[in-house]
Amino acid sequence: MSDVIDILTGVDEGSPVDRLRRRRPVTREHAQGSWEALFQPQVLGTVPLKDRYALALFVTGVSGDKAASGFYRAGLLREGGGHWAALIDQAIEAGTTRGPYGRYDTQESLAAESVEGLHFRVAETLRPRLGERLSAALDQAHLLVFRPRESSQAALKTLTDAGWSVTDVVTLSQLVAFLTFQLRVIAGLRILKEATR
Amino acid sequence: MSKRPKGFTQSQLSWSPWLAPLSETEFTEQHWEALVERSRAKNPYFALLARDPQTLRERTKTDNDIFYNTDGGLPRAERELAATAVSRINGCVLCASVHSRFASQHSGRGEDVQRLLDRGVKGEQDPRWRALIDAAEALTQTPPRFEASHVERLRELGMDDLAVADLIHATAFFQWANRLMLTIGEPLEPSRPA
Repeated sequence: MSDVIDILTGVDEGSPVDRLRRRRPVTREHAQGSWEALFQPQVLGTVPLKDRYALALFVTGVSGDKAASGFYRAGLLREGGGHWAALIDQAIEAGTTRGPYGRYDTQESLAAESVEGLHFRVAETLRPRLGERLSAALDQAHLLVFRPRESSQAALKTLTDAGWSVTDVVTLSQLVAFLTFQLRVIAGLRILKEATR
Repeated sequence: MSKRPKGFTQSQLSWSPWLAPLSETEFTEQHWEALVERSRAKNPYFALLARDPQTLRERTKTDNDIFYNTDGGLPRAERELAATAVSRINGCVLCASVHSRFASQHSGRGEDVQRLLDRGVKGEQDPRWRALIDAAEALTQTPPRFEASHVERLRELGMDDLAVADLIHATAFFQWANRLMLTIGEPLEPSRPA
């Protein structure tokens, strides 16, 4: 049976990349299990699926992966987040850039390696419509995708200030970080697929 | 008071969470199972991640297979090399310290690993490590810049497609590991007795 990585990569059953993935069945099973833990969790807690898909659409959108962002957009619509889709698209347009970059403020020997780049914040005009909780989550997701080295206690606190619980913040952090993994697996396997024709 | 490390190092560092980990008294069977190894309950990083037990459990099982399943494919040392290179690029000093030690230990090439930390991913390496680091670096970019030429180079150097797939997974996993560790806490120099 195909899984989410197969769908996003375009892996056909029995193809060389499918056979390669099946040489690592435990990785295959738990990469899918990780996706399910975040998008089909046994215990939903207080991070709605709609918010999870909105965040995923944003992360995959600003990362420039059309197949992945189309997949998560469909999830957002399915979860009743259609009214957010066009707003997230505006945020994606404003937030799309190349990374990683960022300043090394707390590691003095690395200061020379600091690279400036976009400090994204969801536009004030969008924030009331997306709500402060989701807007804060999108701001933090952008920081994590593009300038992870600038992560800070103050930045993390914006999530709890916006109303997310400590457990919610763990889930949101896992979700954004997981997507950066998933995006590399599919990007890598697509190239390998082309190279094994 | 412990301080943050000044830069990348193979020395042992500690890590301090910015959010409250679960205490052992709050653990249910599901939390214990999520840790995979019970001793991790004492580790503030895993005890904090245990707040979302299903995700922690799946993440840990993914991690362990990508790095410890040595049934063919890329040697363990080179999976750790990729983890170190990615951590060096993203700026996860703690992840780099742990996995540079593993890379040194499994390869016996501590000086080459140290050069990766000191000079970064462009520092000189032998052709095989050069090709591995270049591929990991390309895949670490957003959007990824990994290309067919990276696969061709790895094949020329004798790596089969399972090894290339292992490199892809080790590199991909550290995008997750780096960001997770960076966002919920900070590395500290180990506190020394006064």
